[in-house]
Amino acid sequence: MIQLTINGEARQFDQSINIAQFIDQNNLQGKRIAIERNGEIVPRSQYAEQYLVDGDKLEVVVAVGGG
Amino acid sequence: MDNLIIAGKTYTSRLLVGTGKYKDFTETGAAIEASGADIVTVAIRRTNIGQNADEPNLLDSVSPTKYTLLPNTAGCYTVEDAVRTLRLARELLDGHSLVKLEVLGDPRTLFPNMVETLKAAEILVKEGFDVMVYTSDDPIAAKQLEEIGCVAIMPLASLIGSGMGILNPWNLQIIIDNAKVPVLVDAGVGTASDATIALELGCDGVLMNTAIAAAQNPVLMASAMRKAVEAGREAYLAGRMAKKMYTASPSSPVEGVIASAKTV
Repeated sequence: MIQLTINGEARQFDQSINIAQFIDQNNLQGKRIAIERNGEIVPRSQYAEQYLVDGDKLEVVVAVGGG
Repeated sequence: MDNLIIAGKTYTSRLLVGTGKYKDFTETGAAIEASGADIVTVAIRRTNIGQNADEPNLLDSVSPTKYTLLPNTAGCYTVEDAVRTLRLARELLDGHSLVKLEVLGDPRTLFPNMVETLKAAEILVKEGFDVMVYTSDDPIAAKQLEEIGCVAIMPLASLIGSGMGILNPWNLQIIIDNAKVPVLVDAGVGTASDATIALELGCDGVLMNTAIAAAQNPVLMASAMRKAVEAGREAYLAGRMAKKMYTASPSSPVEGVIASAKTV
C-alpha cells in the first residue's frame, strides 16, 4: 500500500503504479493536463516511465477560464 | 500595418481578453470571437480526479490553434506558486513560452505584491519565459520589470474586476513614456470609453475580462470593446488637437452670416 497526495488530498493505492496508469485509472486519458511530481514537472513523454512511490505529491492541472 | 508586437510576434488586435466569469463555454467562445482578440488568457487549476469524465473543457471552446493562449498566475500569492503554475502551463501548452505573471499581495484589493513580482519575473525570464507582467502603476517598478527582461508591462488602471476605469492617467503616461516594451492596461476597465482612453494615452493594448463577462450582454460588449480599442488607437496615431481652455474657435466661416441687424 502506498500513500500519495494528489491535488492536496491523501489517496491510497494498492501497489506502485506509473503515471500513465494513474491517468487511465482516473479517467484523465485524452485530457489536456499537466502534472507536477514533488515540485518538478513530469514531461508527457515520461508518463510511462515514472513510477509513483509512497509519499509522492502530485499536482494535476488543466486550463480553466480566467483573466 | 499598425500591429502589436510582443516578444517578436505580431498580433493584429490590441485587445486581449480573459475567459473567466462567463455563463458557459459557449458564451465564452462567442464573446471572444466578437472581441476580435488574438491573445486570450486562461487560468491553471487543479483538475477533478476520477470524477466528471465528460466535463467540458475550456480548450474545446477556445482553441489553442486559433488563439494565442496566455496562461496566467491569477490567485498566486507567492513567488513559488507563480513560478510552478507557469511551468505547469508551459507543459500543458506544449512548450508555449508567453505567459502572464501576477503575484498578488492582498485578497481584498488583489493589489500586486511588487517585491514578489520582481523576484518571480527574474526567475521566469531566466527560464526562458516571455513574461507579460501585471504591475501596480508605479513607474519605478514598471521600469525595473522591463530591465529584468519582461516583454510587456501591464499596469492596473484600477482594481481587478472593479470596473472603475483609469484612475491615474498621469502615472500610466509616465510608464508609457519610459517604456521600450509594450505597455498594456490590465485590470480596471469598466466600459468602452475606458479602453479608448487607455489607447489614446498611448498604451499599446488593453487586457480585460470582467468588463465583458459581467456586462448584461457580454457578446455585444465584446464588440464594443473591439471598436473602442481601434478608435483609441486611431485617435492616438492621428494626434489629437491641442486643448484650448478659453479660446473658442468656430468651425464655420464667420463671414456671410445672414442677419437682420449687426450683432457684434
